[in-house]
Amino acid sequence: MENKKNYTISVYTENNVGLLHRLSAIFLKRHINIESFTTSECEIKDVFRFIIVVKMTKDDVQKVAKQIEKQVEVIRVFYHTDNETIFQESALYKMKSSSLFEERHIQNIIKESNARIVTVNPDFFVIEKTGFRDDTEKLYKDLEEYGLLQFTRSGRIAVSKEKMGISEILNTFKNQK
Amino acid sequence: MKNKKISGAEAVVHSLLNEGVDLVWGYPGGAIMPVYDEFYKFQDELKHVLARHEQGAVHAAQGYARSSGKVGVAIATSGPGATNLVTGIADAQIDSTPIVCITGQVSSHLLGSDAFQETDIIGISMPVTKWNYQITKASEIPEIFAKAFYIARSGRPGPVLIDITKDAQFELFDYKYSKCKGIRSYNPFPAINNTSIDNAVELINKAKKPFIVWGQGVILGNAELEFKDFVEKSGIPAAWTILGLSALPTSHELNVGMVGMHGNYGPNILTNECDLLIAVGMRFDDRVTGDPNTYASQAKIIHLDIDPAEINKNINVDVPVIGDCKESLKLITKKIQNKTHDKWISRFDDLMKIEFEKVINSDLNPVKDGLTMGESIIAINEYTNGDAIIVTDVGQHQMVACRYANFIQSKSNITSGGLGTMGFALPAAMGAKMGALEREVVAVIGDGGYQMTIQELGTIFQLQIPVKIVVLNNDFLGMVRQWQQLFFDKRYASTEMVNPDFVAIAKGYYLDSERVKDRKDLKPAVERMIKSKKPYVLEICVEKENNVFPMIPSGASVSDVRLS
Repeated sequence: MENKKNYTISVYTENNVGLLHRLSAIFLKRHINIESFTTSECEIKDVFRFIIVVKMTKDDVQKVAKQIEKQVEVIRVFYHTDNETIFQESALYKMKSSSLFEERHIQNIIKESNARIVTVNPDFFVIEKTGFRDDTEKLYKDLEEYGLLQFTRSGRIAVSKEKMGISEILNTFKNQK
Repeated sequence: MKNKKISGAEAVVHSLLNEGVDLVWGYPGGAIMPVYDEFYKFQDELKHVLARHEQGAVHAAQGYARSSGKVGVAIATSGPGATNLVTGIADAQIDSTPIVCITGQVSSHLLGSDAFQETDIIGISMPVTKWNYQITKASEIPEIFAKAFYIARSGRPGPVLIDITKDAQFELFDYKYSKCKGIRSYNPFPAINNTSIDNAVELINKAKKPFIVWGQGVILGNAELEFKDFVEKSGIPAAWTILGLSALPTSHELNVGMVGMHGNYGPNILTNECDLLIAVGMRFDDRVTGDPNTYASQAKIIHLDIDPAEINKNINVDVPVIGDCKESLKLITKKIQNKTHDKWISRFDDLMKIEFEKVINSDLNPVKDGLTMGESIIAINEYTNGDAIIVTDVGQHQMVACRYANFIQSKSNITSGGLGTMGFALPAAMGAKMGALEREVVAVIGDGGYQMTIQELGTIFQLQIPVKIVVLNNDFLGMVRQWQQLFFDKRYASTEMVNPDFVAIAKGYYLDSERVKDRKDLKPAVERMIKSKKPYVLEICVEKENNVFPMIPSGASVSDVRLS
């Protein structure tokens, strides 16, 4: 059996209301668990980029990428290993304000982890940390004993080391017309 | 029509007419009534056929698309009307049939309110459509319809669903239609790579024991002539998948039969002996490959397909040739050497002799009193001169019909292949007839599947659609019973059926009908049916517990094909 690895699948698409469902159905049909799923408009106006992280074999990720690319409103699909991308994720940690002053150690933790305080008010304060999964996880563990009111982590955002050339693809179409 | 505002509903009709549609299948209901009101006004230009169930309408649209090569259209209301289309849509998706389904939807301000007959048909149909879209403004109608037809028919065809809210059907707007010429995120005609053509040619010229397996891609690509040229110049024996059947005439000397679970003995055994397998417009379905790990593992494989996602999906191939096979076959044929493979082909002949002795002879020339499905099909061949459109359902009768029916023209075999939808044949046959009025259309259906959509006899009666319906009745869900016999120690769980009087039911619909049980009556009855100019139901009572062989047990290698 081939080894499973983390793959970051980048899907460039038209702006379409149902596309999220169409893409997730491709994974559901194959019983593949999605590790994370984020989407935003990309560097080209009206073109969206989905970033989907999955743990799969290379053979399977190839097949899934082709099935995604087959969808009418998908412009292009790429998949990369962790080494081939620059990726980050963000986490927010909400804590009681009193602990910031009573537990002096918290300030050291924040400083050492290169996190930042987003907001402080009389009841609570919020820490933000951007980095790799290990970084946000470590901070979680460090803060856990002081009582976390809320914790949330974003999906992965990533850019690839290789060029993706979406504008070129779109221009080719324009020139054909 | 300039400067005159029209309603969304009227725009639907004009858009259909602009796409060359002259026939739609459907069933009215609340959320689609404005469109039906326009059907009433435009009944001279656009014929609407009322099915008896939305599933009947969508299968009819499929049958129409398969026999005519045009896009079939089915229309239904929201909620249950829409969900009843889903089986047909899924069937069209897996069998690459170009259809456009139109559903009514509750008014846009009611979306998400659980209004009467509201259902999320966009969400439900998404995984089984090539594309779908919900229209909430009349102004979207022309562009979305143009896109829908373009997507349904281009590249690898498939089903498209358009959901239209009721308020969009009433809304007035300035209608202007232009056909879709392309979509920037969609490339239905991938360019053919010259290197892959050269690599394919080199393998073909070198091969000593080459073997072609073709599928429906040859038919969908209108590439029957190009395919025949390729087969004849290369001299390579060619076998078909169930959906590829009829692309090359049955009598062609290089047509060696069917591959797959109930395919012919030779093509299955020799799949695992050939040195080169050339797959044309087929997708290595598990019913074709058996165990994929042992499938043609000794051979180099060339795969011609228009859909890049099919390459290396089920079977890894050596030379993929992505593109329209009408083009790629032409390029390959031009460059290959003229050859014959007599010695290799004699292997197919030898194995056919064995299959004849062990299977075919008793299917077609039975010694027992009971009629067989095989001799019924041969009788149909005889009176149709082997040139009918044969529409089959799913099960034993389907395999027997595909094995023994004779085909001269392409687009003549219509069946539910990928999804295996029981209940497909009766409505698909009426659609097929409307799509090819000059052809004889014979539906061959088992007693199980017949009763799943038997209500369409009403449609056939009302329109007097002259389809010939043959019910091969063994009082069993025969294929499941066969598996129970072979793999579940004859525990016949819920497969025996106590059937109604099928002749009486047909007569209840005022259709001509008769039943045969004895051999001496078979041919005269088939002759009367074929000579009739009207719809006709012929029930043929066949042996209850006959089995279909050859057979590759599920998961076994193709070369482990069994003859008994």
